[in-house]
Amino acid sequence: MTDYEPVIGLEIHVQLSTRTKMFCGCELSFGDPPNTHTCPVCLGLPGTLPVLNARAIDFGILLGLALECEIAPRSLFHRKNYFYPDLPKGYQISQYDVPLCRGGRLGEVRIHRVHLEEDAAKLVHLGESGRIHGSAHSIVDFNRGGTPLVEIVSEPDVRSPEQAREWLQLLRTTVRQLGISDVNMEEGSLRCDANVSIRPVGRSELGVKTELKNMNSFRFIERGITAEIARQTALLDAGEPVVQETLHFDPQSGSLTPLRSKEEAHDYRYFPEPDLVPLVVTEEMLAEARAQLPELPAARAERYARELGLADDRARLLAFRSELGSYFEAALAHDGEDPQTLANWVVGELVSRIGDADPAQSRVAPEALAGLVGLLRAGRVTQGGARQVLDRLVADGGDPAAIVDAEDLGAVGGGDELGAIVDRALEAQPEEVEQLRQGNMRAIGPIVGFVMRETKGRADGKEVTRIVRERLGLS
Amino acid sequence: MTPLDLSAAAAAERVRAGDLDAGELWELYRGRAAADDLGAFVWVAEERPGNPTDGPLGGVPVAVKDLFCTAGVPSQAGSKILEGYRPPYTATAVERLTGAGAPLLAKTNQDEFAMGSSNENSAFGPVRNPWDRERVPGGSSGGSAAAVAAGLAPWAIGTDTGGSIRQPASLCGIVGLKPTYGAISRYGMIAFASSLDQAGPLTRDVADAALLLSAMVGKDPCDSTSLGLPEPVTEPTATDLRGVRLGVPEEVFETEGVESGVLAAFEATVELARQLGATVERCHLPHAPHALSAYYLIAPAEASSNLARYDGVRYGLRVNGDADLLTMYLRTRGAGFGPEVKRRIMLGTYALSSGYYDAYYGTAQKVRTLISDDFRAAWERFDFVVTPTSPTVAFPLGAKTADPLAMYLNDYFTVPMSLAGIPAISIPNGLSERLPTGFQLAGPAFSENRLLDAAHALERAIGFDGSAARA
Repeated sequence: MTDYEPVIGLEIHVQLSTRTKMFCGCELSFGDPPNTHTCPVCLGLPGTLPVLNARAIDFGILLGLALECEIAPRSLFHRKNYFYPDLPKGYQISQYDVPLCRGGRLGEVRIHRVHLEEDAAKLVHLGESGRIHGSAHSIVDFNRGGTPLVEIVSEPDVRSPEQAREWLQLLRTTVRQLGISDVNMEEGSLRCDANVSIRPVGRSELGVKTELKNMNSFRFIERGITAEIARQTALLDAGEPVVQETLHFDPQSGSLTPLRSKEEAHDYRYFPEPDLVPLVVTEEMLAEARAQLPELPAARAERYARELGLADDRARLLAFRSELGSYFEAALAHDGEDPQTLANWVVGELVSRIGDADPAQSRVAPEALAGLVGLLRAGRVTQGGARQVLDRLVADGGDPAAIVDAEDLGAVGGGDELGAIVDRALEAQPEEVEQLRQGNMRAIGPIVGFVMRETKGRADGKEVTRIVRERLGLS
Repeated sequence: MTPLDLSAAAAAERVRAGDLDAGELWELYRGRAAADDLGAFVWVAEERPGNPTDGPLGGVPVAVKDLFCTAGVPSQAGSKILEGYRPPYTATAVERLTGAGAPLLAKTNQDEFAMGSSNENSAFGPVRNPWDRERVPGGSSGGSAAAVAAGLAPWAIGTDTGGSIRQPASLCGIVGLKPTYGAISRYGMIAFASSLDQAGPLTRDVADAALLLSAMVGKDPCDSTSLGLPEPVTEPTATDLRGVRLGVPEEVFETEGVESGVLAAFEATVELARQLGATVERCHLPHAPHALSAYYLIAPAEASSNLARYDGVRYGLRVNGDADLLTMYLRTRGAGFGPEVKRRIMLGTYALSSGYYDAYYGTAQKVRTLISDDFRAAWERFDFVVTPTSPTVAFPLGAKTADPLAMYLNDYFTVPMSLAGIPAISIPNGLSERLPTGFQLAGPAFSENRLLDAAHALERAIGFDGSAARA
């Protein structure tokens, strides 16, 4: 059997959170009654003309800069012609061969291009399934029609379904940080298509690709790509070719069904949109956008690694979930002594307790977590004790030192108090002491266990080991 | 002398001076419009709208080509697919006219979606030429031209994509001006070919054209391609052409199909221009002979896209609404569009198709650039280029309907200016075989004031009398 390498490219549509639509003055909306945000322009009435939304251009430039793209000083809008009831003009205004942004990269994935376009209206299929098949009628809600979109096309640099999911999460964080979109997959403000092919490991030419359309959650994307890689692998292993086609992934059944094959491919008859003038980006517009760029996740991760000495994966975890990074930095402002331990407590202990929730919304104040890490470092509380304190903080909030006192969770102090308990342990377990003397360090377990029982877990294991070694004169 | 004998500008002047009652003028013209037996109108106002009469247009009513959207009033672009369609908004050009004091009198007949040169492609019947009722008025703004020539309306507006104002003005013996592309907003004009469509006046004389133009020009935030003019439109007053340099393209004399009477009238007026002080020389527009071919690729290509919205989903005609989507599309468009519109949609779709785009649309755009360059070179030596407007006088109804290519040749002299986006005016140039001919002057972009002045001087010298058509 041949080993195959997946080659994955992603196409992402992001709805921009401008106030109004791409080419008219209608307000953007979600969930409002159908056809309440329409006008002659976005309904495509005869005689109407598009006027570019200046804010959408600014957002496009901002995104292009964030993705390290080259911003075209002059780009064009084209008409993409096809008939469908969700497309009131019979064409979509989009960018074609001269897009706003070219090239660029985000993390380890290169960006091919980024361009601006308008969204289609929403078709509602009447019937039980809500899908077009088996539906007797379809009705159109034009509220969404004309919403500004950016389409981001990656180079085929993604090599696994997991990487696709992680990269999309990074992209979402980046876009959210820019403040240009809600990037909410459930509401459709972030939509993703994936181009998938496989090739024998070591081969450089690309295999035949298929396109997975409109997957609406990160998990579905990962599962859909996984399923498609398996399907293509089975085909090639059986000596059958992969056919270029567009597929729909059904997350319920896990099945992939063809939408249309290449033979039926549309000829979109692109031509320059004569109702718009070329989009000119001035140096002033670029300078303004550069000044607005916030610190982006990739840069933030790099800063954490460089300035705070965090391990790469820790740094990325904090930076790519920007709410974790912000929380971490808030805590760090209260205790900057040991960023690594603090980072571990944020992404390890805290996240394991609150999951995907924003820690800023939890009961654990950043200064409380910083305080807890400080108590730990001072030896005032053990690891186990600190975990119990965090449990209480997550449940009720409060001040860690006060909880330690109130719950009697303080570490059994160093020196004399702990020494006396260790001495009792050594006396009680002469067999283990003998083994230790002979060099079997595993025998220290029962001794530490004795101390822990005696102190109800409030002793520091490391400190106990140190005292044992000292008492027995072990090096 | 009745108010009907007054030019629109003269009538406006009298209304403003208190010598003429705007309501009386309205009733007079409404009566004539209601009695229209030329097929010039597709809709006539019942009552006088309440808009102001104290504006510069003095309450003088205006007729508007069907394809301008007028809120609550049928706006059908001469097409069955929009039969009975009443838009919820009004075109910017019409808003400006009514705002300047010209109430909407009527909507005028036209070739369907402005595609045609004889007005025989209208879903609402042909228009007859008031000079000879068995002949066409030209097109596509045939209703506007016939209405003004016959005195059914004081003045009118139309649109010109490849000659659709100038050619019918020529065939009906009136003035027609196609301004610089972008001078008047296209917002609310039902599109034929977006990069070429331009609104303009059809009037009895040059001064009327200037006044009507002045009320319509200006940048419109609803039309990204609108520019307005760099200076206000002024009243044309020139009586001579001293210092004016006219270029006469060689191509005028090298073209087959220019009627001898048209050519004779043209040469006589060139001689008249010389007598008025102009210097006249031959010039060369080497790419002009290719203009028609380029035009009949670019305009249909844009039209094929512009007309995609007539799909039966939201407004206008819908056939077989209970069938599946594709059947509904095919039957609706099959029934709603006339043969010439279908022909151009097919042509345009083909020209934009993958694999043919470069050869057809791409090449046509290059030719368009070369034609602009030809004119730019001409402006180094000349103020204006002059030609006959149409190679022929009005032809009999039905004479060319079976031969689209013969019909397309009507646009031979008007299309190059459309492709170059420059202003051009047609003025009545006397009769040939008792039918009007037209004289066209074209100038550089934004030269409207100078162009109107020169046309005014020539008009005065020609002394054309159009009253026979109003009888």
